[in-house]
Amino acid sequence: MTPISPHKPAHFCLHQSSLSYSHLTLSSPFLILAYDKIAVASHHLEPMRKGKRKKKPSPGSSQRERERESQSHLLEQKENPNKNRHSFTERERHCDFFLERETKNDAVKMFRNQYDTDVTTWSPAGRLFQVEYAMEAVKQGSAAIGLRSKTHVVLACVNKANSELSSHQKKIFKVDDHIGVAIAGLTADGRVLSRYMRSEAINYNYTYESPLPVGRLVVQLADKAQVCTQRSWKRPYGVGLLVGGLDESGAHLYYNCPSGNYFEYQAFAIGSRSQAAKTYLERRFENFTGSTREDLIKDALIATRETLQGEKLRSSICTIAVVGVGEPFHILDQDTVQKLIDAFEIVQDEAPAAEPDAGAEPAAAAEEGEGSGAGADQAAVPEPDVAPMDI
Amino acid sequence: MESTQSKPGPLCNPEGSQRTLYPYVTGTSVVALKYKDGILMAADMGGSYGSTLRYKSVERMKPIGKHSLLGASGEISDFQELLRYLDELVLYDNMWDDGNSLGPKEVHNYLTRVMYNRRNKFNPLWNSLVLGGVKNGQKYLGMVSMIGVNFEDNHVATGFGNHLARPILRDEWHENLTFEEAVKLLEKCMRVLLYRDRSAVNKLQIAKITEEGVTISQPYSLKTFWGFSAFENPTLGAEGSW
Repeated sequence: MTPISPHKPAHFCLHQSSLSYSHLTLSSPFLILAYDKIAVASHHLEPMRKGKRKKKPSPGSSQRERERESQSHLLEQKENPNKNRHSFTERERHCDFFLERETKNDAVKMFRNQYDTDVTTWSPAGRLFQVEYAMEAVKQGSAAIGLRSKTHVVLACVNKANSELSSHQKKIFKVDDHIGVAIAGLTADGRVLSRYMRSEAINYNYTYESPLPVGRLVVQLADKAQVCTQRSWKRPYGVGLLVGGLDESGAHLYYNCPSGNYFEYQAFAIGSRSQAAKTYLERRFENFTGSTREDLIKDALIATRETLQGEKLRSSICTIAVVGVGEPFHILDQDTVQKLIDAFEIVQDEAPAAEPDAGAEPAAAAEEGEGSGAGADQAAVPEPDVAPMDI
Repeated sequence: MESTQSKPGPLCNPEGSQRTLYPYVTGTSVVALKYKDGILMAADMGGSYGSTLRYKSVERMKPIGKHSLLGASGEISDFQELLRYLDELVLYDNMWDDGNSLGPKEVHNYLTRVMYNRRNKFNPLWNSLVLGGVKNGQKYLGMVSMIGVNFEDNHVATGFGNHLARPILRDEWHENLTFEEAVKLLEKCMRVLLYRDRSAVNKLQIAKITEEGVTISQPYSLKTFWGFSAFENPTLGAEGSW
């Protein structure tokens, strides 16, 4: 199996299960239409899959198997709150096994089949498996998050080094003064695409003495990715790109898939455990348009922390980059980031007993004017006596 | 059997050359200035064939996209070629349909690149271009020569206009001219050119570009005065001369 990124063990089990496509809702709306239709049909069309299903689960993993067979992990959590991702102590006890479960739950369970050898082969159900596998690769990379207000775009990502001895992977690239990109998935592919983007931006600037509008760059990228889905001698890029930038019509954030699709977002997260960040962002996104730069960065940090699931957020494991009106794209240095983290972490420590709020505007009363971000902090804090958040 | 020596390339053989050597049908000066609401540009409608004032209804100013106005002096056919390039550029820009549009600065730079590249190939577009426009309240006025020299200024002119019109503009131009003042100033420049430039014709257009759009006036003539006493009896002091 190809190791996708150095951060995660390449634990790539491709099993088909019934309905774990709910997390696809945000990322690829068009795919989910296809999947809904074929979810039932494919049982009959892919005989190999039935064979594999008969495999007996090993004794140690019986619980795992049962869980996998059940509905989407979101529903699972409602039934069984102790297995809730936000119950940290529980999780830490079953550390290794949880990681594996997490990976599998995040992944769309897919089987090896006779139609997935090359990208120019359609399956009878109308799917291009290679493209879908490429989208899987994105989910295996460590998380990248983007959010935008009317005037600023913030990109954040989790940077884990392979070992203490090594440096971490660069995941955020400056494309031009007004455009930056965060990647998740195969970083080598990401680097190549960043180079392409930089080259396009520079060429446009040379000819027109004017910054390349982000929207146009994103379309060019998408077309480039599409080419790789329609040539038998190529493979799709295994990287998802969160492109943030400014143009005439304001600040924009786009997500480019390996499939060649692109979508514009107010806020989005990709990579492993991005669902946690997406959940947080979903609750808060309506406020982002009018957010100040500082609030936006804070929201990005909190969303990043969501993906870490219990691990302490430190500036050494995350990277934040900002671009805005009058502010060229730049990556914030570690000290600045650490100070920002400290600023909102202190707030939480001072009010540990506050109830978490599932609503859009969490209880600001508990906090000392830290703003609406504080209430949401409570829900994510690893307090054993805090009730789990509704999702 | 072809000799091993290569044929002289197109650059070395003037008779068989495909590159521009001399201009044939040319337009004379274009003068433009920034005023309160935008840019005003004036050019006459003459196309000279050498020293003959052959064509008298040549439109030498054209709108480009939503925000720009291009005026050209020099070879008319090269101007028409440029208009085709710009047409394609604007078309692609419109096809994006994404809320972004090419402003005068972008068009000016694109033209500079085109002119400079052609000059490097020893096949210039024999024009001096004036590009003016307004976008998002910002006024822009620039010039590109046939060798790719480009600059931006508050008032520009090509050809003879540089020598005859710009001194007037340097003295009398100021920030925030009203439309009437600007037209008067331009007409003053054009009148001097009419008197003194042998390839000028007395049929001109004035074009205006503001945030709202482009307006190119109908052709009209300037009033001239020839009733100077010195012209009354020119051969008075020297019988037989003219």
